[in-house]
Amino acid sequence: MHSWMKSQYTIEAKDMVKKFGRFTANDHLTFQVKKGEIFGFLGANGAGKTTAIRILCGLSSPTSGEITVAGYNVYRQTEKIKRNIGYMSQKFSLYDDLTVKENFRFYGGIYGLSRKRIRERTSWLLDRLNFMHAMNHKISDIPLGWKQKLAFSIAIMHEPEIVFLDEPTSGVDPITRRQFWEMIYETAAREITVFVTTHYMDEAEYCNRVSIMDRGRIEALDTPDNLKKRYQVANMNDVFVQIAR
Amino acid sequence: MSAVQLEKVSKSYKDIEALRSATFEVGKGEIFGLIGPDGAGKTTLFRILATLLVPDAGKAMVEGLDVAKEYRSIRRIIGYMPGRFSLYQDLTVEENLAFFATIFDTTIRENYYMIRDIYQQIEPFKDRLARNLSGGMKQKLALSCALIHKPHILILDEPTTGVDAVSRKEFWDMLIQLKKQGITILVSTPYMDEAGLCDRVALIQDARIMKIDTPWQVIRDFPGRLWAVKAARAYPLLTDLREYQQLATVYPFGDSLHVTSPSDELNVPALKKYLEDKGHTSVEIAELTPTIEDCFMDLMNR
Repeated sequence: MHSWMKSQYTIEAKDMVKKFGRFTANDHLTFQVKKGEIFGFLGANGAGKTTAIRILCGLSSPTSGEITVAGYNVYRQTEKIKRNIGYMSQKFSLYDDLTVKENFRFYGGIYGLSRKRIRERTSWLLDRLNFMHAMNHKISDIPLGWKQKLAFSIAIMHEPEIVFLDEPTSGVDPITRRQFWEMIYETAAREITVFVTTHYMDEAEYCNRVSIMDRGRIEALDTPDNLKKRYQVANMNDVFVQIAR
Repeated sequence: MSAVQLEKVSKSYKDIEALRSATFEVGKGEIFGLIGPDGAGKTTLFRILATLLVPDAGKAMVEGLDVAKEYRSIRRIIGYMPGRFSLYQDLTVEENLAFFATIFDTTIRENYYMIRDIYQQIEPFKDRLARNLSGGMKQKLALSCALIHKPHILILDEPTTGVDAVSRKEFWDMLIQLKKQGITILVSTPYMDEAGLCDRVALIQDARIMKIDTPWQVIRDFPGRLWAVKAARAYPLLTDLREYQQLATVYPFGDSLHVTSPSDELNVPALKKYLEDKGHTSVEIAELTPTIEDCFMDLMNR
C-alpha cells in the first residue's frame, strides 16, 4: 500500500460493540487514533479496556461495528493486523530463561524478519538503550526497569504502525518510568502510533489525547488540557475520579 | 512497646540481596507506608514481619515478640494481605470469610463489627465464587479475611497496585477508618502519591531504606529548590531543557517538567527567553514545593 493511499488514522472504530452473553463489555465505542499519536486509553477496572484492546489486536472478534486497525479489517484480516502492530504489557513481556539477544531473535522470527534485519534492528535498538554490553545476559538477571525498556524495544522491533502498551510502567521506579515515557515520545515522533493504558494519572497528562471508559462506554475523549477545562479541575486524576465515580 | 521493631534486618536469596540492614520502629495505631518500586524489598520485609521468612541477620519484633521464635503468637495478632490475591477461588465470598474465621477459632458473627463497613459492600454477592469477583471486590474480600480475627496489626502488601484511581481512593478511606479503631497498619505501595496518606513513610529502593520520616518532613528535607516549567509542546520542551546548561535535572511531571539547578539559583527570565527563542509558546516557569516523588528521585540519584 502506498503512503498516499493511507488514511491519517491508524485506528478507526465506529460503533464497536462486544457482548458476552447478556453482558455488554464494549457499548458502541466510536473513536479514531491518528498516525504518530500518543493515545491514552483509561478507565476503571472492569470498564472494558482489555476487551477493546483484544479486539484491536485481532485476538477477539467484535459483536458488531466497523473497525479498522492499520488499515485492516478486524473481522477478516486479523493476521495482517497482528503483523502490523506491537504489543507489550507488564504481565507478558520477555522470556526469563533466554538472553537479551535470544529474545530479540525469537520475536524477530515471529514477526517474520530476516536474520540480517533481526541483527540490524537488535543492535540499533540496544545501542539506543545503551544496553549492548548486556546482550548475552539472561532476562531473569536483569532488573525490572530494564526489562520493561527491552520489552518495549522488542515490541517495536518490526517497525509496526501501532504499538499497544498495557500498563507498561506498573511497579517501575520513578526515574525509569520517566525514561520509559521518553522512549514513547521518540517512538511517536517516528510516526508510530502509541496506544497506552496506565493507572498513573500523571502519565495521562503525557498523552496527546485521552479516552476514559466507564461501564463499557467512552465517557470522555479529548486532550488532557480540554478535559481539565471541561471538568474544571487541576489534574487528570480529578478528571478521572469525576468520570469513573 | 512499639507495634513493630526492626533492627538491622537483612535478607538475601542466594547472591541477590533483598533487604539490607533495615532498622525502624512503627508505633501503635500508626499508618506506616513502605514506598518503592517492584524489586525494592517491600515484600521480603513484610514476609519477615508476617513470620513467613526468617531474616539472615538482625532482629525483627512484633509487639515485642521475636519473628523467628514466637511466630505462633505473632500470627494471632497480625492480619496479612499478600500482594497476589490468595483467597480460595473456588469458594464463595462467604465461605472464604468463614474459613479464615474458623482457622482463628472465631466466627463471622462474633467479629462482624470489625469488618462491617467493608464487608457490607460485597455482602450482596456472598454466594458468588471468589474467582468471579471484580478486582475491587476481591480486594475488599481479602481485607475482610485479614481482619476477621481482630488483628492488632495489619500488613498489606501492595493492596492498590493495578487498581484504578477511584478504587484506590476508596481503599485508603477504609484504611483511615481502621486506623480510627486503633489498628496499626503497615502498607506498601509503588504509588508515590499515596505517601501523603501515611503517618510516616520509609522510601525503599534496591534493598535499601533511603529515608524514614513523616511525609511532610521528607518534603522539607528536599535539599534544593525546584521549578516547574510548562509550554505548549511537551516533548520538544523536554529536549530543549536537557540542552540548557544551567540545569541539573529535568523530569516530566504530569503537565509540566520539574527542573533543578546545580547552584540552586535559576535565572527565570533567561530560561524563558531561551525557550521562546527556540520557538516555544505559552511558557510558564514557577518555583514549587517538591512532591514525595521528587524526593524519591533525588534520593535515588545520590
